Amino acid sequence: MTMENLERMLTEHPFFEGLNKRCLQMLVECASNVRFDAGEVIFREGEEAGLFYLIRHGRVSVETFAPNRGPVIIQTLGEGDLLGWSWLIEPYRWRFEARAVELTRAIALDGTCLRGKCAEDHELGYELMKRIAYVIENRLQATRLQLLNVYDGIRS
Amino acid sequence: MVADLSDPMVPSPFCLQKVRKETYDTFTLELEPANGADGFPFAAGQFNMLYAFGIGEAPLSISGDPAKPQTLVHTVRAVGAVTQAICRLKRGDVLGVRGPFGNHWPMEEAVGSDVVIVAGGIGLAPLRPALYYLLSNREKYGRIAVIYGARTLEDLLYKPELEQWRSQFDLDVDVTVDTAPASYRGNVGVVTTLIPRARFDPFHAVALVCGPEVMMRFTVRELESRGVDPENIFISLERNMRCGIGFCGHCQFGSAFICKDGPVFCYAEIQPFFAKREI
Repeated sequence: MTMENLERMLTEHPFFEGLNKRCLQMLVECASNVRFDAGEVIFREGEEAGLFYLIRHGRVSVETFAPNRGPVIIQTLGEGDLLGWSWLIEPYRWRFEARAVELTRAIALDGTCLRGKCAEDHELGYELMKRIAYVIENRLQATRLQLLNVYDGIRS
Repeated sequence: MVADLSDPMVPSPFCLQKVRKETYDTFTLELEPANGADGFPFAAGQFNMLYAFGIGEAPLSISGDPAKPQTLVHTVRAVGAVTQAICRLKRGDVLGVRGPFGNHWPMEEAVGSDVVIVAGGIGLAPLRPALYYLLSNREKYGRIAVIYGARTLEDLLYKPELEQWRSQFDLDVDVTVDTAPASYRGNVGVVTTLIPRARFDPFHAVALVCGPEVMMRFTVRELESRGVDPENIFISLERNMRCGIGFCGHCQFGSAFICKDGPVFCYAEIQPFFAKREI
């Protein structure tokens, strides 16, 4: 996989839409192309969160384990989604488990490498923070709706 | 026989032919006129008042195929005294039907456009006739996307049909549930999370939305942020429908009566009232 190909993949991913070339080139240095087979565990709860993923194809389930219920899926992510932000927030440990539901292709970004670059280059850091905050906000809204049990209306 | 329009308050007797259990509290009933009438013509999106004799009436959307008016189909969730009584009926029992009432989904206006159907929970029932219509007239429409959310796998309606629709190449069906065991290979998350991924052209799409109001409110926001014009978003509302003809005023919604002017509304027209708590 050449740097040019990786840069193209990053540009095409919705998460980095509109990001300037200089920032993209800095990101490429921390990026790699990865794939996961159906059923493969991408990361486990409690492990060190060194990477995050931009899903290009496929689907990933985010899971946790509940006593008396076993493993429970909290959310399914798909093409165009970002997987994982624990690399950005101390203590840099995954809070949930992620598993490929089907063959999944993604771009992996090295969180330690990115944290270093963000500390050095605040424009990159701000861009990344804005985009991740947007993702977190959307996930928070979705979680609130799940808690509301929005389907429990009276219509029949 | 369909309720006589000159006296829409008089129910017609219908005989229960078939009952299918959809979920633990939801049943689909197939009814035929008990007086030998031909059938029950209706348009997708309309509703009836179903009368459980001696108990009362409840407004229920028609969930069958408008091209097959010989059988009247309703999907009923047992949540109150009337609907619980209706769900207890057995084959051969008779209930009263008044209707069909209200307007319908804008099937003609959507010709030539992509159509995105967003249903939450039992909101799929009033949308099923629209989907039947779209499939019967498939060549008239662009892409068709069905997005359906429910609390759990056990709460999904019409499971055999969902499987059939998902296998069709001319239809995109995405189903999501709020929680599922790890063995589930489908989608988990609230219904609005599927809208950004759905395959339709937001600038040439008509959206039909039905579900509890909170779900519709967030769905509309998501459709708008995707670029769908509020003029092209249609939602089906429910209030306390009683008479069905805009006479009693129980279902007043701003300046409209939902039973007569709705239940289907263009979002652009009701936008000022939609999020008002007092209405």
